[in-house]
Amino acid sequence: MKRTKDVVELKEIARRMRVDILTMIHAAGSGHPGGSLSAIDMLVALYCGAMDHGPDRKKTDRRDKFVLSKGHGAPALYAVLAECGYFGREHLKTLRQYESILSGHPYAPSTPGVEITTGSLGQGLSQANGLALANRLDGRDTFVYAMMGDGETQEGQIWEAAMSAAHFKLGNLIAFLDNNELQIDGFVSDVMGIEPIGKKWEAFGWHVQQIDGHDFGQIFAAIDNAKKVTDKPSLIWARTVKGKGVSFMERLAKWHGTAPSTDELNKALAELGEKA
Amino acid sequence: MAEMLALRDYYGKTVAELGKTNKDIVVLDADLSGSTRTSTFAKAFPERFFNMGVAEQDMIGTAAGLAAGGKIPFASTFAIFASGRAWEQVRQAVGYPHQNVKIIATHGGITVGPDGPSHQAGEDIALMRAIPGMTVIMPADAHETAAAVRWAAAYVGPVYIRLTRDKFPVVFNDSKTFTPGKGDQLKKGADVTFIACGLMTSIALEAAALLEKEGISAGVVNMASIKPIDRDLVLQAAAESGALVAAEEHSIIGGLGSAVAELVAENNPVPVIRVGIQDDYISSGAPEELLEACGFTATGLADAARRAVQLKKQAASR
Repeated sequence: MKRTKDVVELKEIARRMRVDILTMIHAAGSGHPGGSLSAIDMLVALYCGAMDHGPDRKKTDRRDKFVLSKGHGAPALYAVLAECGYFGREHLKTLRQYESILSGHPYAPSTPGVEITTGSLGQGLSQANGLALANRLDGRDTFVYAMMGDGETQEGQIWEAAMSAAHFKLGNLIAFLDNNELQIDGFVSDVMGIEPIGKKWEAFGWHVQQIDGHDFGQIFAAIDNAKKVTDKPSLIWARTVKGKGVSFMERLAKWHGTAPSTDELNKALAELGEKA
Repeated sequence: MAEMLALRDYYGKTVAELGKTNKDIVVLDADLSGSTRTSTFAKAFPERFFNMGVAEQDMIGTAAGLAAGGKIPFASTFAIFASGRAWEQVRQAVGYPHQNVKIIATHGGITVGPDGPSHQAGEDIALMRAIPGMTVIMPADAHETAAAVRWAAAYVGPVYIRLTRDKFPVVFNDSKTFTPGKGDQLKKGADVTFIACGLMTSIALEAAALLEKEGISAGVVNMASIKPIDRDLVLQAAAESGALVAAEEHSIIGGLGSAVAELVAENNPVPVIRVGIQDDYISSGAPEELLEACGFTATGLADAARRAVQLKKQAASR
């Protein structure tokens, strides 16, 4: 599988992934565009640049692994998995349909490339810890990546897992926080404030870096820094824009879990330089 | 008097024994390793033991991740916390993706005694039975515990084994094996049959002996495999004795009694009396006091059997 860290190439891939995300959610008639669009640049950086992985690897082969703890970002994950050749692009239009391999939220047994089943918020980080512990036990020098939403950190289990990852000194774990500042009911700060979020992770014993989650250079630099920290888990605290890339979706809670109408899809695709 | 052995002791011993030959076995606990007896494994294989602190949800999630990474995790804590506090983690991270996690929960039922209802799990079997794909086991004694743990280590998929704190009378010997979906017909009965699990199996044997003296022929089936249940054996007992008593140290809602009643109602309706916790929180107290209070005694079970036989007669005379 071809990997690249060329920003021009990655931006073009991310543009196409945004098209795929919107097209598949429109076809499904439901889904979560806002958080998929805030996460996609990081997913492209991981799957097309940073991670050592590929659909040709067998289940037991060594590879980096990714856990989408904010499982509602499934369309973004499915888009990059199809891009990487884990399954044919024709599956994307079956998102959320009966007996599709692409469930509404990631389901490992049915979707090639999905390592961990998620969707119920707060549960992915613990499982990423488990994968990282298994790597350590087997002497594999690979990395486990995870991504959480900011609203998701309201779940108590996230903090149990934050505590145990630091306790077990999981230097082979790199977690992203997709800090797009919105959740279904509105601004995170209004619903249930999480600040000071960076200090909280630091206090739990994590190595914390704040970046712009849409800047490929910053994403790669943060991953490189995180890999050098071997005695504690790393949090890449990514400031992001919910709905990023589609002007009328940006920074609006409404687009957390609403599918675009055909008109809205066409408008969005036009903005992304794509014909409907 | 039968020899008394604690199920949890045999769990601790067996998982440590299995760990010697199977290097993929890992054990997790939530700050109760002394009580659950996972401390035996922890001492032998400290690098493969993870104390997760008082954080059951994280423990189940971490176990699921270890399983996804190719390990065979045994996760242990008290039954109320394993099944209750972490229910949704068990459902989402273990049951739904059919992850290879073994949940070995000790201190089930009321024989936890003095700790009181906060620590007495009367709902765990119901909670675990409701999860699709989950195998649910309540062994009758220490030997069946060892057999169930050995089977769970070899099987690929989610398993819940419910154990208890106190010592139970030994029913089987160390050649006992466990097969999912298979019960043990310990005694045949023409008038009524007990379908029992856990401590109730040995009590049912005593009750059957009492009934024998008054001319009632009572059978005893041990049903450690609550899910999948031994369909053929339950229906055979229903056909042969025409009346059943399901007995468990668990609520009458959702456990073995429910499983038996559901099966019989849909296939061969005969009277089924459920002996269990009567939809209530019990109390602190010595285990023997609580067993007495709940009717989990030979005389209590014999009474239930007489009622079942009475119901059968009423139905026949209609």
